[in-house]
Amino acid sequence: MEMILQQLPVVTAALNEGFLQTLKLFFVTLIGAFPLGLLIAFGSMSRLKPLSVVTRVFVWIIRGSPLMIQLLIIYYFPGLVLKNPIWGGGETGRFNAAALAFIINYACYFSEIYRGGIQGIPVGQEEAGLVLGMTRRQIFFRVKLLQMIKAIVPPMSNEIITLVKDTSLARIIALQEIIWAGQAFMKGSHGISGAIWPLFFTAVYYLVCNGVLTLLLGRLEKRLSYFR
Amino acid sequence: MALLEVENIRKSFGKTRVLTDISFNLEKGRTLSIIGSSGSGKTTLLRCLNFLETPDHGIIRVGGETVFNAETWNNMSEKEIRRRRLHFGLVFQSFNLFPQYTALENVCLAPELLLNEEAGQGRPKKELLEEIRSRGAALLTDMGLSDRMGSYPHQLSGGQCQRVAIARALALRPDILCFDEPTSALDPELTGEVLRVIRELAEKNTTMVIVTHEMAFARDVCHHVIFMDDGRICEQGPPEEVFNNPQQDRTKQFLARYREG
Ligand SMILES: Nc1ncnc2c1ncn2[C@@H]1O[C@H](COP(=O)(O)OP(=O)(O)O)[C@@H](O)[C@H]1O
Ligand SMILES: [Mg+2]
Repeated sequence: MEMILQQLPVVTAALNEGFLQTLKLFFVTLIGAFPLGLLIAFGSMSRLKPLSVVTRVFVWIIRGSPLMIQLLIIYYFPGLVLKNPIWGGGETGRFNAAALAFIINYACYFSEIYRGGIQGIPVGQEEAGLVLGMTRRQIFFRVKLLQMIKAIVPPMSNEIITLVKDTSLARIIALQEIIWAGQAFMKGSHGISGAIWPLFFTAVYYLVCNGVLTLLLGRLEKRLSYFR
Repeated sequence: MALLEVENIRKSFGKTRVLTDISFNLEKGRTLSIIGSSGSGKTTLLRCLNFLETPDHGIIRVGGETVFNAETWNNMSEKEIRRRRLHFGLVFQSFNLFPQYTALENVCLAPELLLNEEAGQGRPKKELLEEIRSRGAALLTDMGLSDRMGSYPHQLSGGQCQRVAIARALALRPDILCFDEPTSALDPELTGEVLRVIRELAEKNTTMVIVTHEMAFARDVCHHVIFMDDGRICEQGPPEEVFNNPQQDRTKQFLARYREG
């Protein structure tokens, strides 16, 4: 116990740094996957049959296979198979590869949520707007959008919370996120070695982060609960 | 001259013919009811009048103006369709209120959006907006909803929702107001309040086309009745004639079923 207290300042400093990388991956993924997911959703609902089929198959593959494998393929495939190491060797390269894998993966999950939100709105809403002389644009922005957002928030919240935990998968390509930082103390780092507790301690970071997110998303959900 | 003239409307979905040579006239201030068994094409006919479906053939005139002609419809701009649509209002069986807006907002939304589009007219916009609001409030008061203007649809009963929907349709001052089975989605004890406001509208000489299964209501309130069968007008005339002295066997059978049950 005394030992842990002694190690605590050094460990938290290292874990904080790792968690910063975790958060960066989290936000970059969200910023990329929100719009890309919408694009994929429109693709999968397209009236152009080939486009919708290709998009749906792609979504099925991404959702049906482990994100960890997708990470490995995106990171190693260009260098080891194509002999064209586009990512470079450093932390930046690892981050970019991880961000790409996460954005694609989460965009596919988000696209299904968007699709549910868009298709879940009864056609009667559009028809009521049309009969009242509204344009399709007005119907989308003034009638459907808020209903879509309301329908999307709860499943989106689940995905966002999962994403916080999923960022740890980037450890597999040695991205220096918080799990990597915690593990380093087992082998030896900052003069500490053979310590397993820092790795276990990383869970606290995830819990705090998800606690805050749950609170914020719950508040958003509540703000939209004035209608049904 | 009739306010509404419908000539030879035909409509198919794929290979299924749903409407065959529908023709009728409706005088201004009169109420027409359309009766007929389920699947006979009543909803499709109302949807054609509101341009939610495009007939394959035929002409629709309002006040002498041709608002629909199947031959020239393809190159109609969306803006023009929207303008012509405003001759008609439609009240749906399932209300289709906008859930995120209060009763008053539901009534005022479309007029406000139209106001945004039509620049000016010389009067300040604020004044016009207030006019829309007060007219919306007056319509809801007419519907007996003066105390529910700030309620959201989920806080209202089915009968109240349908009355909001009627006020919403009236807010745009349509020439002809259409109802598609306005009481079919309601609990039996709530149909009365909706039929009452429609009856009041008829007394104020609102021109209406009402698809209904409420035979007593159709007989009492409407000036003209159309019986549809399998996409055709099987019989039409004043309610006394159609209900008391039907000429066609199909009409007799249909009415007999209602008398029994
Ligand atoms: N969008 C559509 N596509 C294909 N068939 C339709 C469509 N809408 C209605 N129909 C068919 O048209 C016929 C008439 O339907 P409808 O107008 O709803 O009748 P009613 O309102 O008298 O019950 C029915 O056989 C129905 O299945
Ligand atoms: Mg119907």
